[in-house]
Amino acid sequence: MTERFDAIVVGAGHNGLVCAALLAKAGKKVLVLEARDEVGGAAVTRPFADGFSVSAGAHLLHQLQPKVMKALGVTVPLTNERLSTVALSGSGEHLFIDDHSVAGASDKDAEAFTEFMGWSDTFARFLNRQLMKPPPRLGSGQRKDTIRLARLGLDLRMLGRADMRDFLQLIGQNIYDELDARFDSELLKGAIALDAVTGTHTGPRSPGSLVTWLYRLCTGGHVSQPAGGLGAVSKALADRAEALGVTIQTGVPVDRIVVDNGRVVGVDTAEGRVSSWKVISNADPKTTVFGLVGARHFESTFVRRVHHLRSKGNVAKLHLGLDALPDVAGLRPEDYGGRFLLAPSADAVERAFNPAKYGRCSSKPVFEVCFPSVSDDSCAPAGKHVLSALVQFAPYDHEGGWTDVARADFLDGSVAALDEAMPGLRERILHSELRTPVDLEAEFGVSGGHWHHGELGLDQFMFVRPVAGAAQYRMPLDGLYLCGAGTHPGGGVTGAPGYNAAQVILERERSR
Amino acid sequence: MKRYDVVVVGAGHNGLTTAAFLAKAGLDVVCVEKNDYIGGAAVSLELHKDWIYSNCSYVCSLLRPEIFRALELHKHGLQITPYGGSLTFMQNGDYFGSYHDPEVKYREMSRFSRRDADAYKHYAADTQRQCRFIRDFLLTTPPDPTSFHPRDIAGLLDIGKRFADMGEDRMYETLRFWTMSVADYLNEYFETDVIKAALSGSGIIGTALGIHSPGTAYVLLHHYMGDVDGNVGAWGFARGGMGAVSNAIAGAFQAHGGELRTESGVGHIRVRDGKIAGVALENGDEIDADVVVSAMDVKRTFLDCMDESDLPAHFVRKVREFKIRGSSGKLNIALDGLPEFPALPKGSTLYHSDMHFIDSMQRMERAYDDWKDGTWSQDPYIDMVIPTMNDPTMAPPGKHFMSCFVQYCPYEIDGRAWTDEERQQFADTVIDQIANYSPNFKDLILHYEIRTPADIESQIGITEGNIFHGELTMDQLLFNRPVPGYAQYRAPVDGLYMCGSSTHPGGGVMAAPGANAAREILKDLKYANTVPENFGDD
Repeated sequence: MTERFDAIVVGAGHNGLVCAALLAKAGKKVLVLEARDEVGGAAVTRPFADGFSVSAGAHLLHQLQPKVMKALGVTVPLTNERLSTVALSGSGEHLFIDDHSVAGASDKDAEAFTEFMGWSDTFARFLNRQLMKPPPRLGSGQRKDTIRLARLGLDLRMLGRADMRDFLQLIGQNIYDELDARFDSELLKGAIALDAVTGTHTGPRSPGSLVTWLYRLCTGGHVSQPAGGLGAVSKALADRAEALGVTIQTGVPVDRIVVDNGRVVGVDTAEGRVSSWKVISNADPKTTVFGLVGARHFESTFVRRVHHLRSKGNVAKLHLGLDALPDVAGLRPEDYGGRFLLAPSADAVERAFNPAKYGRCSSKPVFEVCFPSVSDDSCAPAGKHVLSALVQFAPYDHEGGWTDVARADFLDGSVAALDEAMPGLRERILHSELRTPVDLEAEFGVSGGHWHHGELGLDQFMFVRPVAGAAQYRMPLDGLYLCGAGTHPGGGVTGAPGYNAAQVILERERSR
Repeated sequence: MKRYDVVVVGAGHNGLTTAAFLAKAGLDVVCVEKNDYIGGAAVSLELHKDWIYSNCSYVCSLLRPEIFRALELHKHGLQITPYGGSLTFMQNGDYFGSYHDPEVKYREMSRFSRRDADAYKHYAADTQRQCRFIRDFLLTTPPDPTSFHPRDIAGLLDIGKRFADMGEDRMYETLRFWTMSVADYLNEYFETDVIKAALSGSGIIGTALGIHSPGTAYVLLHHYMGDVDGNVGAWGFARGGMGAVSNAIAGAFQAHGGELRTESGVGHIRVRDGKIAGVALENGDEIDADVVVSAMDVKRTFLDCMDESDLPAHFVRKVREFKIRGSSGKLNIALDGLPEFPALPKGSTLYHSDMHFIDSMQRMERAYDDWKDGTWSQDPYIDMVIPTMNDPTMAPPGKHFMSCFVQYCPYEIDGRAWTDEERQQFADTVIDQIANYSPNFKDLILHYEIRTPADIESQIGITEGNIFHGELTMDQLLFNRPVPGYAQYRAPVDGLYMCGSSTHPGGGVMAAPGANAAREILKDLKYANTVPENFGDD
């Protein structure tokens, strides 16, 4: 390989593909190298048992940025454009949540819910405007940063006095108190609390959990299911990238990013060196710094910051192959195509989180569950079904390690809890697969097996994401960029980090 | 009947501070107090014959030196004596001591980890930098970020400038510091569990948060800012107990011609034609005044002592949502002699320190989990001091007074009132914890007072007995404290002001809220300012 590229993207996760495609669209010659045999990173569909396949990482779409898809001209075929959400109740009195309304709750709660969602939307929209651009650098003295900062201030003011005050206050609030002040139904509070903390190492009582709730709603809050699973999203992006001239090579792990004379000059793979003045890492910040580049190429304060980046995952994935759908009292057949939240109360979510702080798993985990096979028959043999669940909380640093015993215990506990909410489920299980954060780390190469490549907390948000001094996608090493979920704004299948990274890279080219 | 310029409701240290500065400016001020003693939660009471109890706040650290000097509190009998470090007893029979002398501190830390001893220097420097940054805003009124008033814009620009002056790297560090958990913050410096546990206590004292809750690193500052004699981070005892602080401020107030009335609880704050008319006392008396200043917490002020119809609905809703949580209790003990702690060398200076019994981060956090579940911590975090080691005036010769601040302790047990049996169990939990480390402790107990948050509420009046009059979380700091848009000490009724710890900069025996409120009132009444400026950096 002696060909020279304008940029090399390490990792064909969805953000790497977005970034590569946007650079190619601007006329750059781009190479994407992916260690695994298929593109997509954690947005991937793969078999987990004979005839059964599942979206092995993320399993539903809820934050894909329309602006990104529009810029690339990609549309993702959906089997289900808006999944309804069912908060499962042990007594059969489920809540059916659809966008801004909830059925099954008291009139007071139903009204409060509509108001709450409207209120949330105002701030989610404001937040989204900040997510789709690089955060300003503080104190750089540069005009462009001053302008960005002024715009942020202006945008905040444009909210109007009352909303601005609410926003400045809600940043530090937790979701638990907000829900407590608004609703009576424990089940409703549990469902919202779970959505607010899913994927993070926080409980609903942790300050900052209201921001993660808004983050979830930033593109409107609809949940959809792509035809062919999440892998189809990645495929669509990869196809588009290739059509724009990007070279994508799978099964080519990058051994290291080569640094010469204080700048990046290319990458080494088993097949040799590929040269480029720009290397864009879709890997998480820790893997990039410690695994691909080498800490010695960075100044020690920076290395210390990356080292302290909180990036230990807390969500396990559970995949079940089922003989038939469970028969849950109070559900209509069409409900099974939706999304289920199993969290009886906000306190239950908090209690599930408690042991995770000490490296243990809760005996009563909380779940987000879906049956992708209901609307997509490509993922299971005829008549059979797939259950895909996010199980919380499952700490990466399991006390004593994720041994076979620990796994078996956790699997048993999770199945038991599911079986309780969906009686008869257990007997219908043909295959099961449990993916702890340690497995997710091994499968997707994400350090800590963390969805967001780094905890989505206020101390790792905006100006300081992933770490101070690298929040604008540029690493403090000439020619090295980041474009993964570890950067602003964070994880989820959004495309935003890849999009923003491409903007920064192209902007720098233009200013030269 | 006599008409006053100003009625201050509540003779706690903040109410007295406001009253003193207003009287000093020449206003005719009366300060009314529901109890038959003054001081609120900064008080000394003889609860056992010949024993003086600091039965609420127990140490002095945050009292602004600017205020100390402006009110000449030394002339009114206030003496503060520094005390000796801190101590954590360990379950393995060892202990970790923290000493004022940096050399000794270094040696002690090195017993556990040389790396931690080295890291402490950086930790202390970084934390003090944060202290200095926030300290400059303690004696200022927070600007309203939504306002276009020149004063607010100037205030915001001033904060922005001071922030920008730190330089890029430190700005980021500050952003992170304000949003981190104290556990994460300490994890970035230290490796030894007991050292982290010992340092983390300051991040949660008085709050309904655990050491892993984001925002608790900031709370550290409220404890590190101690400004006794201008030393950042030093702590001290008020000679004669914490009541000496309130008494001295009251002395200054009276010296400026102010009038104090005890046993005069306010039943109602009167409003006429949208303006303050005065107060109606619980005993039926009425006091007329154009200005009323409430040192009570905001819930008590607006929800208990006013008609909702006199206030904007939005404001009332925000006050309802304001978080004042009972999270800590106290046990105050009269001792027949000094308890022995076999872990300590005889005559150790650490007998003068504040002592703790939680030696791991996990135990700290678990104590919080119990609180979330609606009960007191079974393995509580106790901040224990023996003030009589420094101040023999508080107990007969050879005898001692011990103050145990206990966290976590809920306002209600599982949503209902405490029973007497539960109060006793709570006390036993604390006593057993201490007795585990001191075999003769139980035999020395002559008397003790149990203070759950509910007890503190009913006696002092603070909602849920929260020592800070409201959680010190990000959503309730600076311009958000107590209610966004009302952070400048003015309540939404003409002539009504707030000066308690519910306002910026919050609780602790700091007197800053009281001083800031006085400055705003004097500005509105067009009187010359008597409130000192920040000294700035020492």
